[in-house]
Amino acid sequence: MREYYHSVTLNREKCMGCTNCIKRCPTEAIRVREGKARIIDERCIDCGECIRVCPYHAKTAVTDPLSIIDRFRYKIALPAPTLFGQFKNLTNCNKVIYALRKIGFDEVFEVARGADYATQLLKEKLKMPDTRKPLISSACPAIVRLIQVRFPNLIDHIARVESPMEIAAQLAKEEFCRNHKVPKEQVGAFFITPCAAKMTSIRNPIGNDRSHVDGAISILDLYGPLSAYMKIPDNAEQLQRASSLGLSWAITSGESQSLGIDNTLAVDGIQNVIRVLEEIENNKMSDLDFFEGLSCAGGCVGGPLTFENGYVAKNRIRLLAKKIQNAAPSKEEVEYAKEKIDWGLKKDIIEKPVLKLDEDIVAAIQKMEAMERIYSNLPGLDCGSCGSPSCRTLAEDIVRGNASELDCVFKLREKVKKLAEEMIEFSDKMPAGREGKRNNDKT
Amino acid sequence: MPESEAAIKQVFPIEAEDFASAGEVSGKIKNTLKRLGVDAALVRRAAIASYEAELNLVIHSYGGQLSFMVTPTEIRIVTKDTGPGIPDVELAMREGYSTASEKARELGFGAGMGLPNIRRCADKVEIQSKMGQGTTVQITFSIQ
Repeated sequence: MREYYHSVTLNREKCMGCTNCIKRCPTEAIRVREGKARIIDERCIDCGECIRVCPYHAKTAVTDPLSIIDRFRYKIALPAPTLFGQFKNLTNCNKVIYALRKIGFDEVFEVARGADYATQLLKEKLKMPDTRKPLISSACPAIVRLIQVRFPNLIDHIARVESPMEIAAQLAKEEFCRNHKVPKEQVGAFFITPCAAKMTSIRNPIGNDRSHVDGAISILDLYGPLSAYMKIPDNAEQLQRASSLGLSWAITSGESQSLGIDNTLAVDGIQNVIRVLEEIENNKMSDLDFFEGLSCAGGCVGGPLTFENGYVAKNRIRLLAKKIQNAAPSKEEVEYAKEKIDWGLKKDIIEKPVLKLDEDIVAAIQKMEAMERIYSNLPGLDCGSCGSPSCRTLAEDIVRGNASELDCVFKLREKVKKLAEEMIEFSDKMPAGREGKRNNDKT
Repeated sequence: MPESEAAIKQVFPIEAEDFASAGEVSGKIKNTLKRLGVDAALVRRAAIASYEAELNLVIHSYGGQLSFMVTPTEIRIVTKDTGPGIPDVELAMREGYSTASEKARELGFGAGMGLPNIRRCADKVEIQSKMGQGTTVQITFSIQ
């Protein structure tokens, strides 16, 4: 498990070296150098903004192929609740679960059920007196990473509860092994994912040493194979078990509403989340009990690896949820689950202060002064032609030794103009060549 | 540059009643402190104090400036304004007491927590005010 594993990657051949991704990245993690984009590993939070905005489809999320499930003798699918909103005219969630079984999985355990358990654990956390308010949801890994990089002050607000995906994986394996009497090592659980950040959190988990999930397969990859089963008549068997509140975690405010408390705020879109986190950091939201921040517009239904338009899917989830009658897990079921699985985060979530210019404050001050001097010399257009997202960032890159002032096209033009003027001056006073004649000699 | 002289000095003008830009200066200060690698908790305290100081100028003064200085051992924020002045500093420091205008209250300001918040966050606060002339507020934080 490399420290800097990222699901978001660049296909260099398709990259045209334009400025779209560098300007959208919320942590300024991309630069264009030598005509190709490059992602700075320490800064990337796998939010997928660059995937969304690249006009040449050069940015992708690496996920596992369906064939990965063959690594295990017994295969469990963990569908994200988002999956249920992907299919036109779907009125019954059971069809999707049935279809998953048909394409190779032995069992299906909805992550929405994991969300049902997470809801109860979060309610308990909210009641504890030492909980820092607002409690911040840990459901979106991109937002947790954003907090590590840009808002380390808020790390101790993050709910130390495992994500629904991890809870579902553990409960699924426990249930399967108990029912079929097989050893745990032979059981693989695979998340059907709408996003890159979740893939990264399997290889590089936050707050724990290892993930209980064995791979992530993108919804895009499975859309085709699963669609084939949507036309068959409804299966009479009731396979779907999550509650409507659990299913609603796929859309913005689903998690907050499942908690049944008033003072919650749900925000989607990473720039919007950043604005609100700034307010929370400035103590402007001390009345808030719970904050739900989601990187994608509409919530997970808007993830970069989905097939359907996020807003259309959002409405479908809402309508599907209305029909569901299943109850949330009982108190006994929650207690049983708490005994059997790791439901909390065991490791600290660490700060990732990549914005820091230097470890030593004296050096940092000197670099900042240099930065301000260089910045005042730059045109201030934030055009991105130099490969850095803004003039201020170019100044920082120069100070860090990663760029030079002449990377700026406008500085380059100034320099060329000056050189041209000097050349003109020169040509007026042409120095004598080896022939011994001057230009204005008539002989 | 000798180590003892290394310092960042920035001065920002603040316009009275400019509610649209209110908070931008303290945002820049927060950003600068993060880049300098100042401890996250201290950044937060300084950000809150500078925000309240900035807002006080926007809401109560006729305009002024906020100067911001960082050395390896200290962060200092000083606001200097022309304005009506503060008649009773002790009273102004009381939580909930506010002299904000109707317009400011309509925009959600004037909760009376500005100066108390500054006092709570800062290591040292000094206020000098002259009636009919203006106010100077010096806020200091020491960096460990």
